[in-house]
Amino acid sequence: MAYLDISHLEKSFGVNHVVKDFSLPIEKGEFVSLLGPSGCGKTTVLRMVAGFESPDRGAIRLEGKDMVPLRPNQRNVGMVFQAYALFPNLTVAQNVGFGLRIAGVDSAESKARVAQMLDLIGLPMAEYGDRYPFQLSGGQQQRVALARALAPRPRVLLLDEPLSALDAKVRVRLRGEIREIQRQLGITTIFVTHDQEEALSISDRVVVMNAGIADQVGTPFEIYNRPATPFVASFVGTLTPFEARVLDPATGTVTSGGLTLNLGRPLPSQAGATVPIALRPEAVQLGRASGREIVLPATAHSVEFMGSVIRVRAEAAGQTFLLDTFNRPDSPPPQPGEPVEISFSGRDVIVIGA
Amino acid sequence: MTRVLAWAALIFGMLYFLLPLVGMTEFSLSMRRGVYSLDAYGSVLSDPRFWETFGYSVAMAVATIVFGVLLVVPTAYWVRLKLPWIRPYIEFVTLLPLVIPAIVIVFGYIRLYNTSSWLPLTGTPMGTNLLLMFGYATLALPYMYRAVDTGLRTLDVGTLTEAAQSLGAGWGTILFRVILPNVLVAVLSGAFLTFAIVIGEFTMAALLDRPAFGPFMQILGANRAYEPAALAVIAFAITWACMGLIQLVTRLQKHTRAGA
Repeated sequence: MAYLDISHLEKSFGVNHVVKDFSLPIEKGEFVSLLGPSGCGKTTVLRMVAGFESPDRGAIRLEGKDMVPLRPNQRNVGMVFQAYALFPNLTVAQNVGFGLRIAGVDSAESKARVAQMLDLIGLPMAEYGDRYPFQLSGGQQQRVALARALAPRPRVLLLDEPLSALDAKVRVRLRGEIREIQRQLGITTIFVTHDQEEALSISDRVVVMNAGIADQVGTPFEIYNRPATPFVASFVGTLTPFEARVLDPATGTVTSGGLTLNLGRPLPSQAGATVPIALRPEAVQLGRASGREIVLPATAHSVEFMGSVIRVRAEAAGQTFLLDTFNRPDSPPPQPGEPVEISFSGRDVIVIGA
Repeated sequence: MTRVLAWAALIFGMLYFLLPLVGMTEFSLSMRRGVYSLDAYGSVLSDPRFWETFGYSVAMAVATIVFGVLLVVPTAYWVRLKLPWIRPYIEFVTLLPLVIPAIVIVFGYIRLYNTSSWLPLTGTPMGTNLLLMFGYATLALPYMYRAVDTGLRTLDVGTLTEAAQSLGAGWGTILFRVILPNVLVAVLSGAFLTFAIVIGEFTMAALLDRPAFGPFMQILGANRAYEPAALAVIAFAITWACMGLIQLVTRLQKHTRAGA
């Protein structure tokens, strides 16, 4: 059995069925993200693991022991909140030591542990230990909250959108630090976020949730490249969806908008069936390139300069294609309305749900 | 023109409030014919009944504050955390003491808890003291509840509670180590208001026949000329000292942002 085994959870608030038959086994030391739009039930799952909500049905087993009957303060589960939730009347060191004091750890040991935790999050005791939360920036406060959650050596760490209240730069840096600390300590972690980039960059596995159901569970690579449902495909990353008719499932040949595409892999569908397919913007290239056998004349429609990448919306064969091209100082992007050529390979076509 | 009117209104208001005080103070200093003296104050302060009744009222005020805090803080916390829909009703109940005169409350008490009732609290001095303390707590309830509830509004009570729970804290720890210290300023301002109310209260103490400061002021007022004025000035000074202390503790709170 998995270290943390969530099985068949159900939860309703009144007539609102927010979590439907949710199961997720998590291995020790794993970093799992629950990703989905607001209201998809991800936070409710996390709160059930923490003990702040009790499931209508289902079990949450930690090391084989059912946690559902335990109160939140008996579970030894650390939690970090979006709103930091540091105790305003306590200093940084007292905040981090709060859980240790309750656990009855003696003061010398507690002091050492607090210092160790503050070092880990890069806010050394000597400089930051005596400050109050209001004297820290948002990023620093969230680091202290992380140290506070980790200090009593919880069995599981729960992160409830911990980065959502921070500015973009701090967010990216802190997420790297969280992952680094998680690896160092080897602590089993569940991370809730609505930000797909965050989930993909930080996780061992991602659970994409939609309307209370886990649509897909997989590594970031799988989630991005082989989305199991149209929802996952549309929620994670950007893509251009198409409808295609299967010509020959054995060789993976389909037709869409008058184009015949060879996907280079067999399809589970029957000949004549309609399948949803899609292309990621980075699979389509401006101009010709070796290995991209399909070349189409197109018209550039809009050009979005995003820095390292330029996103072009182009029309070809009666379809709109999104494509990303790297910025190069010596080749300016096309002007809107300019005729261009685009190319891609059938092997890069994503078949949604296959 | 408007500026002149504003100043005129201000000066009129200040005269309205200050003149009686000035007159009273002046009178309290005039015991000795022809010169100002502190004779009236000396006479009041050397009266043993002053110290007895004042001490009694201070003790009652402290007991009332402790009881009020233990009653109001957990209630206001619980209402905010778990029963937010009940808040308007609780607020209405806490406002009732402002509407119902103290004399009605105390007559109710006497009817309910007299020596021939099922709980004869008025039968012993200690029981009567207890009853008086409950009465004082009721009188102070509107101020105490409002102060604490306002203090709680500045906190994210729900998330702080969950954070403490996830760190292993039980309800006692959450209340006394997390919630109470963070609403301490509000609790203290409620406490000083309670103190001022209890020190000056007359009706309840008189009708329950307890040796409190209020009834002593009344007795003195009925029998002497200059001393009551001196006593009134002393009572004012105590009330103002309480107000000053509220300001002071608000400033001294070190974990809140200066000026916020």
